[in-house]
Amino acid sequence: MISRKLVLSFPPSLVDKLIIYRLVKEHDLEFNILKAAVTQNEEGMLIMELTGEKENYERGINYLKETGVHIQPLSKDVIFVEEKCTSCGACVPQCPTAAFVVEPVSRKILFYEERCIACEICVKVCPYKAMKMRW
Amino acid sequence: MPKTVAEINEKIKRGDAVVVTAEEMIDIVQENGAKRAAEMVDVVTTGTFGPMCSSGAYINLGHSKPKIKLGGGRVYLNEVPVFAGFAAVDILIGATSIPDDDPRNRSYPGEFRYGGGHVIEDLVAGKDLRLVASAYGTDCYPRKHLETLININDVNEAVLFNPRNAYQNYNVAVNLSDKIIYTYMGVLKPNLGNANYCSAGQLSPLLNDPYYKTLGIGTRIFLGGGIGYISWWGTQHNPSVKRTENGLPAVPAGTLAVIGDLKQMSQRWLRGTTMLGYGVTLTVGLGVPIPVLNEEIARYTAVRDEDIWTQIVDYSSAYPEGKAEAVGKVNYAQLKSGTITLLGKKVPTGSLSSYPGAREIATTLKEWIKERRFLLTEPVAPLPGAGSGYTFKGLRIREG
Ligand code: SF4
Ligand code: SF4
Repeated sequence: MISRKLVLSFPPSLVDKLIIYRLVKEHDLEFNILKAAVTQNEEGMLIMELTGEKENYERGINYLKETGVHIQPLSKDVIFVEEKCTSCGACVPQCPTAAFVVEPVSRKILFYEERCIACEICVKVCPYKAMKMRW
Repeated sequence: MPKTVAEINEKIKRGDAVVVTAEEMIDIVQENGAKRAAEMVDVVTTGTFGPMCSSGAYINLGHSKPKIKLGGGRVYLNEVPVFAGFAAVDILIGATSIPDDDPRNRSYPGEFRYGGGHVIEDLVAGKDLRLVASAYGTDCYPRKHLETLININDVNEAVLFNPRNAYQNYNVAVNLSDKIIYTYMGVLKPNLGNANYCSAGQLSPLLNDPYYKTLGIGTRIFLGGGIGYISWWGTQHNPSVKRTENGLPAVPAGTLAVIGDLKQMSQRWLRGTTMLGYGVTLTVGLGVPIPVLNEEIARYTAVRDEDIWTQIVDYSSAYPEGKAEAVGKVNYAQLKSGTITLLGKKVPTGSLSSYPGAREIATTLKEWIKERRFLLTEPVAPLPGAGSGYTFKGLRIREG
């Protein structure tokens, strides 16, 4: 079994619903949509968790790529702008997945992006706009 | 043998003063005792880097042709209203000022993306700022409108002037209600979801000289990445609070008013700051050198996080209602561990003040002194002290 959170971007020409329908039907995968949006240049954006057998998962991903959908792992969608971070620590108790950790000696804030589920809480809470959405 | 500031300065000039940060002093006193440490160490440097709302900068713009009298008119910098109640071309940017058309908390919680603190940051960073002004016009100042870009390099004076910085200790904020709240102490999740604190603790300037014995009006300090001075005691200075036996107040107490030439400061240490649902402010880097004049001062400067206690206050009710009750007490070592236990619950902690920032300031100030670029000063006058009877009053609302 494999389960990944992915960000799919659909060029304006693609109808996302049909693609997801086929992905699930023909490749026997389960999905859970975390967020859907249309970006400024009319691209469709879908954040979802895709779960299934490894083989099916890989076939499904290939299918998506062939149709022209761009895929990237979710964590990259919340960006940590290190130069803006003061290491205050205001984000630490806010993150639901403990993606921020205080390094005990330097007391600098480390961001573990693979833990991030892109809930955007830190993007709003960070007083220095050091956390930002790619979109 | 007690030392004087003059003697320490002689050592600094000779290049053989011993300067350590307030963190390093902890171990030195632990290993050698305060008496010996006072002989070994000449200066202890402190630092703090946190949001400080009572901050501002005043600018003299120079005169346009024809001239305009901004005093009594309206002035905006990057759409942020600035104070124009001085002479013709002196203006004051307040850190918490926000554009007239900012939705504020109408779309709750307000985002407060840009305001006075950001204007000050952009100014010190050398960016051009758009000034828009209207005035009523006089015989000697006929112009009524002015629109121009300004830059810190072109104006006459640009001075950081903060009426209240460097709080000596501060509350820890929690939320006992069942709704999320947005405060100047950050976002507080319901039912004790988190506890936020804001102090550099053992590195904090006024916690290393709790009775203001070495610092006072005129003391030269690190301010915003440059050199500044303590200009007065800060507003809400409250030295007469109860103290623990080591002299430390367990509630917010002393404060400093500080001043310095903005032109030699840096963006690194003056950061525009957004508090979700609350507003805009300025995060200020400030560090005070403490001359180790005797054994007593050596003991004060060895203060550790576990010795510094503070009160936990409910910001959903007690704080806004102005009730003096605290939910509990905690020390900074507990806060820095990441969780505290309160009313039988494990509560994760968050900080607003940057400890790595405070440490870097103390280290920078130490380097400046070692490199003989920074000499110590003797205060011109003391701050009101613990025995002065000086206190912080509330406002009694009355009809006239
Ligand atoms: S709240 Fe922002 S500035 Fe503070 S530690 Fe987190 S990311 Fe860094
Ligand atoms: S977006 Fe959410 S999950 Fe990701 S780091 Fe920020 S608070 Fe944590």
